[in-house]
Amino acid sequence: MSSAKGWKKWLRVARGNPAPATLSSRYIYILPTRYGVLFAAILLGLLVGSINYALSLGFVVTFLLAGMAVISMLHTWRNLAYLVIDSRKPAPVFASEDAAFEVIAKDSRQRARFSIAAHFDDTIPTYADIAAAGESPIRLLLPTEMRGWLKAERVTLFTEFPLGLFYAWSYVALDARCMVYPKPATHHLPLPASPDQGAAGVLNSSSGDDDFAGHRAYQLGDSPKRVDWKASSREQGLLTKQFQGEAQSTLWLDWVTTPGADNELRISQLTRWVIDAHALKHTYGLRIPGSEISPNNGEAHYHRCLEALALCMPHKVDVI
Amino acid sequence: MAQIKSTHNPGNHDLYWLLASFASVLALHVAYLHNWVSLVMAGFAGWRLMVAKNGWVMPRLAILIPITLAAAIGIAVSYHGLFGRDASVALFAIMLSLKLMETHTQRDYIIVIFLGYFLAANAFLFNQSIAMGIFMAVPITLLTTTLVGVNHPNGTLDWRFKAKTAGMLLAQALPLMLIFFVLFPRLQQPLWGVPQDAYSGMTGLSDNMAPGNISKLSLSGATAFRVEFHGKPPAKKQLYWRGPVLSTYDGRTWRINSYNVSKVTEINKGFGVTRNTSFLTLEPHNKQWLLKLDMPAETAPEYLTSKYTVTLEPHNKQWLLVLDMPTEFPADALVTDELQVISKEPVRTRMRYDASSNFNYTLQAAGLSEREQRIDLQLPKNKNPKALALGESWKNQSPEDIVHTALKMYREEPFVYTLSPPPLGENAMDDFLFNTRRGFCEHYSSSFVYLMRAAGVPARVVTGYLGGEINPNDNYMIVRQSDAHAWAEVWLQDRGWVRVDPTGAVSPDRIELGVAESVNDSEALPLLSRRDYPLLRKLYLHWDAVNNGWNQWVLGYNQDRQLQLLRYLTGKNFSWQDLVIALFGLVTASLLALSYFLLRGHKVRRDAIQKIYDQFLNKLSKAGLTRYKHEGPVDFSSRAVRRLPAQAKLIAQITDAYTQLRYASKISPAAIKAFKELVNSL
Repeated sequence: MSSAKGWKKWLRVARGNPAPATLSSRYIYILPTRYGVLFAAILLGLLVGSINYALSLGFVVTFLLAGMAVISMLHTWRNLAYLVIDSRKPAPVFASEDAAFEVIAKDSRQRARFSIAAHFDDTIPTYADIAAAGESPIRLLLPTEMRGWLKAERVTLFTEFPLGLFYAWSYVALDARCMVYPKPATHHLPLPASPDQGAAGVLNSSSGDDDFAGHRAYQLGDSPKRVDWKASSREQGLLTKQFQGEAQSTLWLDWVTTPGADNELRISQLTRWVIDAHALKHTYGLRIPGSEISPNNGEAHYHRCLEALALCMPHKVDVI
Repeated sequence: MAQIKSTHNPGNHDLYWLLASFASVLALHVAYLHNWVSLVMAGFAGWRLMVAKNGWVMPRLAILIPITLAAAIGIAVSYHGLFGRDASVALFAIMLSLKLMETHTQRDYIIVIFLGYFLAANAFLFNQSIAMGIFMAVPITLLTTTLVGVNHPNGTLDWRFKAKTAGMLLAQALPLMLIFFVLFPRLQQPLWGVPQDAYSGMTGLSDNMAPGNISKLSLSGATAFRVEFHGKPPAKKQLYWRGPVLSTYDGRTWRINSYNVSKVTEINKGFGVTRNTSFLTLEPHNKQWLLKLDMPAETAPEYLTSKYTVTLEPHNKQWLLVLDMPTEFPADALVTDELQVISKEPVRTRMRYDASSNFNYTLQAAGLSEREQRIDLQLPKNKNPKALALGESWKNQSPEDIVHTALKMYREEPFVYTLSPPPLGENAMDDFLFNTRRGFCEHYSSSFVYLMRAAGVPARVVTGYLGGEINPNDNYMIVRQSDAHAWAEVWLQDRGWVRVDPTGAVSPDRIELGVAESVNDSEALPLLSRRDYPLLRKLYLHWDAVNNGWNQWVLGYNQDRQLQLLRYLTGKNFSWQDLVIALFGLVTASLLALSYFLLRGHKVRRDAIQKIYDQFLNKLSKAGLTRYKHEGPVDFSSRAVRRLPAQAKLIAQITDAYTQLRYASKISPAAIKAFKELVNSL
């Protein structure tokens, strides 16, 4: 995705891995903006006029403005220099939503910074001011298309403050990636009707919430609330308590039950089901090529299922 | 630059700043624009303000284009065309105000600000006084402040911070500006021809003399030129500053003889201009001449010549003023037969030249050529019959006697010297000599020359300045436009051209004391030429000394001055290449110095804290306690407290203060001072 164009691909990129990246002088580039070029043209006009009309004070103004422009280059450079760039782990999103990366720009030189902008290639920049020795988060949105891990692209940090005549910039490779869940199917295929369908290998004579129905061996993903800790303290190993009536809401979301032959559509469908089951507070399990998540509920389980779907590689696994 | 820009537009706050900057730029120009142009500009600014304040819609192009065309036509009519300095500045100014009406994006703002800088600097075309120079700081600072605000797209900055940033940028640019100003190579010649009207409004002697010309000049207090004498200034009555020599008379107006001017080029081609052109012989004759108008006999030789440097204000004509009679001329000047010194180009910038003059001279004593005789005896036909008859009636006398007779007439008949003479009729000379008898130097000189010619004595009118005022503050002489004067020269056998000032016959004070003493009613004179405000005069002389310094070193800073200054500073002659090398060297050095301070500024302060802490460590190591390399300040402190229980409290305080300063976001100088005192008290 990183799309360094032309000569810019030769420029250094500050790495944010493992420590936060510091934009030391090695990483800062500076060029005049188009306004800088326009300003130079106007100054040239003033200079020629001053020479021609022998205007001493014309020279004074021309040289003062030229000096100011040159000085502004130092100010622009120093506005960006020695920022420390860190990032936060972005929250997962569904494909086609925007992934929100948060760049943390931190001043390390006791200098307030103004109008520091950050953007990914081809996205609109976001601006922030940073107090002396303070830090500011800069939220960068990146559109997503595919499920799976989305690695942050090269981030461009730039500033044109104070006069807009110079453009100082730096590239930072963030050590951040965003989990992109598959895009849920839009059409509403109802949740698989029979909770028992294809439920082989799992206790299906489960029980309701109120009536204790006995133990089963602990399985990864079981809610800690249901672990019989007393039994565990009696050194009987981890046992999960089973209750009557649970069978009604236990659901297996299985790859084989999804219609169609297109893997992505099937993953989409499963994603939709996971979302629906989670919304209905069902206990559900997920079985997809390459992995199986036993029934459970709650936020952690929900995200675990979605992540499994996001990373599912059906073409690498023998699918029925 | 393929940059992705935010679509954020500047807000109302930025607009107010932009309009304030615009108003200050307009203030610079308001005196030089037609009133309607200023009003229209203010109108647009007001309109734009209303658009922002009341949420009106921005005018559409369909409205703006007709207004633009109307404004351009208006300018073309008011200024008689769209080209030329005044018209183009006015057009540019009004277009900029129109641009305000479609200014809403950041890009528009930046362009208006840049053009604002340009328009502001254009004001120097009209006025480069000290006051203008100082006032220029206002629009430049306002525009820069606006620019800073516009370049902060994420929200509005506090105006004080913006102004501070702008002021800081400009202040830091000052050293660079000075280096460039002093060292930037200056050209002697303009790059291209400048519009004719660029120099309108310059006052000075005209190349002709019609009734009223000089008395009009006499009402102007403007400085004509300033003179530094190398040595003692000559006596007042020797201060005849020779300007245009007028030989042709058409009954109303005296003009330069065009033939003679064209001959100048001939001389120039033939010989180059040398100070010893064949027609000029200078020899002291030590004779008292007519009515003491020439050299007094007792003049000591050192007072017979004078060397001086003139700084001439631009007057858009070619003549350079020198004392009667010049012997050494400015380097590039030409000299005509009549001893007018003229420059090759009209004097459009302040000009400095050296000259020297000899007060005891004979000019063309050998005789006049036939052509010169014809010119200097020429009179218009069928005019002024009475004056002509009077002159002719003297024909039988010797030329010297004719001169005496005429002067006697001026002295004894009731002639009055006045700045406000009555108007003269068709036969101006008759009217003046026999009717009104009230006049000014131009009346006396022209009627005198008329009478001489009528009596057969070759004569001509010389215009220039008489007198001047020494400024005691800086020891130079100011010659003002109000010192403008006209006198006569007559040609006498064996003596050549002799200066005769008939005004002196009527009003000797004019020659000895100046125009202010010679007129009873000072009402018409410029304030500063009068004698009745001594304190004001004194202040004025101080002010003029400052102005003279400004003119000499700031406005008149040209190639000569530049090389002179550098020779003075370094003792070396600078070439063009040396200038460029020096310029680059100094600019680089000052930028390096500035970068150091800009980029290291805060680090130095950190180091100060470290230094104080090091003193603390030194003190403890003297007490036998040394910090290990791996040991942090806090660990070291707890070890030190255990080893030196007596100092426990102080050590803890110092460590506290140190860590606080080390990790504080803002360090106040007071905190550093307190920390230092703590360490010192240990």
